[in-house]
Amino acid sequence: MSHPSNILSTSRLAVGYRNGNNTTTVLSNLDLSLRKGELVCLLGANGAGKSTLLRTLSGVQQPLEGSVHIDGKDLNSYSKKQISRLISIVYTDRTLAGALTVYELVSLGRHPYTGFLGRLDDEDHRIVSESIIAMGISHKAQDYVANLSDGERQKAMIARALAQEAPIIILDEPTAFLDVASRVETMQQLQSLALEKNKAILLSSHDINQSLALASRLWLLRNDHTIIEGVTEDLVLAGKIDSLFENRQVTFNPLIGDFMASHNTIAVASLQCDDPILRQWITNALQRNGIGIATNPKDAFIAIKANTPSSIIVNNIEHTSIESMLTIIHPLLK
Amino acid sequence: MMQGRLHLEHNKRQPITIWSLAIALVILFVACLINGSVDIPLSQVINAIVGSSVEKETWRVIVMETRLPMACTAMLAGAALAVSGLLLQTTFDNPLAGPSILGISTGSSLGVAIVMLALGGSIGATFSTYLSVLTGALIGAGAVMLVLLIFSAFVKSSIMLLIIGIMVSYLASSAISLLNFFSTQEGVHSFVIWGLGNFSGVTLDRLPLFAILSIIAIAASFTLVKPLNALLLGSRYAENLGINLRATRNKLLLISGVLTAVVTAFCGPIGFLGLIVPHIARLALRTSNHIILLPATALCGAVVALLCTYISVLPGSSGVIPINAITPAIGVPIIIYIILNRKRILYFN
Repeated sequence: MSHPSNILSTSRLAVGYRNGNNTTTVLSNLDLSLRKGELVCLLGANGAGKSTLLRTLSGVQQPLEGSVHIDGKDLNSYSKKQISRLISIVYTDRTLAGALTVYELVSLGRHPYTGFLGRLDDEDHRIVSESIIAMGISHKAQDYVANLSDGERQKAMIARALAQEAPIIILDEPTAFLDVASRVETMQQLQSLALEKNKAILLSSHDINQSLALASRLWLLRNDHTIIEGVTEDLVLAGKIDSLFENRQVTFNPLIGDFMASHNTIAVASLQCDDPILRQWITNALQRNGIGIATNPKDAFIAIKANTPSSIIVNNIEHTSIESMLTIIHPLLK
Repeated sequence: MMQGRLHLEHNKRQPITIWSLAIALVILFVACLINGSVDIPLSQVINAIVGSSVEKETWRVIVMETRLPMACTAMLAGAALAVSGLLLQTTFDNPLAGPSILGISTGSSLGVAIVMLALGGSIGATFSTYLSVLTGALIGAGAVMLVLLIFSAFVKSSIMLLIIGIMVSYLASSAISLLNFFSTQEGVHSFVIWGLGNFSGVTLDRLPLFAILSIIAIAASFTLVKPLNALLLGSRYAENLGINLRATRNKLLLISGVLTAVVTAFCGPIGFLGLIVPHIARLALRTSNHIILLPATALCGAVVALLCTYISVLPGSSGVIPINAITPAIGVPIIIYIILNRKRILYFN
């Protein structure tokens, strides 16, 4: 499967650990490819091997079998210095960079290009400035890293990766410690970097919702040590997302685009409602109380008809809120 | 795509700090030349140094043979130990790393102890015993560095390596105790005096050797500015920036080992300077950027060592307090300050 914009590809790759004579294979038989201009999200349960795969793809760890190719050449045929110009990585590691300014931190990304003392020339300064501007933190350029919020710090680290001018950027859970707003912003920025700067961006994430919203492609790590990959929406519609957490008490809700607790349904209710938002949240209230929505009204133990949030009719009695609706349903369940 | 550069304001704090340190260096240097049991006017001190006629020949001798070499030795030793400490702190990603903690000083001491106690030499008796003490210190420090290098090949964690250094230090100390136990009273006495640390043991004719060795090692450390900055991000980031971790770590250990061994051979094991001076420099400059931090640390080390020297010479008496009695008095409060304020100190966050 060769595509013109493929920059990184693997063939029959197996990743894992070698400890003396023991090998632990975490993932095997991987034929993956990463394209310029695409944001790829790597999703999987904890311990499924996301970090191991990312380390192997970035050349930090050797493959157990098979190979990783960048621009058609085996990763092992590149020197460390060459790799630093091909792949930049963003980890979640603690750094000692608190007493550097954002500008100095981002300047470190120019290391593969600068001379002996790491002095920046005009071109380097331009690239550092552009990277800071691209991440929207130019007002923080001269602030100390120690004084940044978690979100700003992560943006500074991504700006540093940008300044490295590598065509591939790999990020290990870049949004793990961020609040919701920074998480959404950061993901959005990564997506526009892929599109506008034609980068191949691969990131691992636990944030299913954001990944589905923005990823060009998904790599789904399954617990049988394989990966399913494809365009995000195709995988959703083919029902593949569920395979992330097989045998766990969660199910993927394709309407919401996220995993939900699998509820045991004790009874079913019929629901008549034209407003999709109201319908969604009444369903939510019922489901967490063990009540499913009946496909056939004859099975229903109650009939609900909702017009507005303050007019919910249960068995011909009108309720003015979901709270009041639930007080009537609770005794019925017993 | 947006073009052009961000407008950056000029940092005034750093040049001011550097200039203040430079002025303090000059003042303390002159103060060390004037200060002592014999009162010599400043004009006569200057005359002695530039080679003009001096009122009394003894004044010339005191300035040229005692005070000038001591001040120069202090400056160089302070700078060397401070740079050594900075290299170790960044390499080991640990603010409490220093030449004395990693066992490098103790290794040098063991080398010196073997020369002085087992071979019966004493420092400064003849030039050849002097050289053998120096060789002993270099071999001792080299042995500890070698142990650290061997372990660093398969111990990835810098903290584990630090602990190995501390353990090696204990072993070397126990070897020194054994040597003391079996040696002559005379040998023990001169070793104990050496062990107290002082900057007055380097005579004018031996100063060039000390100066050349320490200046070469300090200059060599400037070749590591770039990898040191990359290491601020941690070893994984440094590697992704194309830094060869193992080669860099070996170079860093080698240079800091030579710096420590040279100072230890000439001045005895001097505690605390290597540990605290990098902190003083970082706090004063408010930066970890080694391109400015490294020269500032060297400068600051020279200033602090001169200050210790100035304090060590009691005015009006001929006595000199051992340097190691003064450095903890300056060092411990600084370490406690750092530990108590680490949440507010930039480079810990």
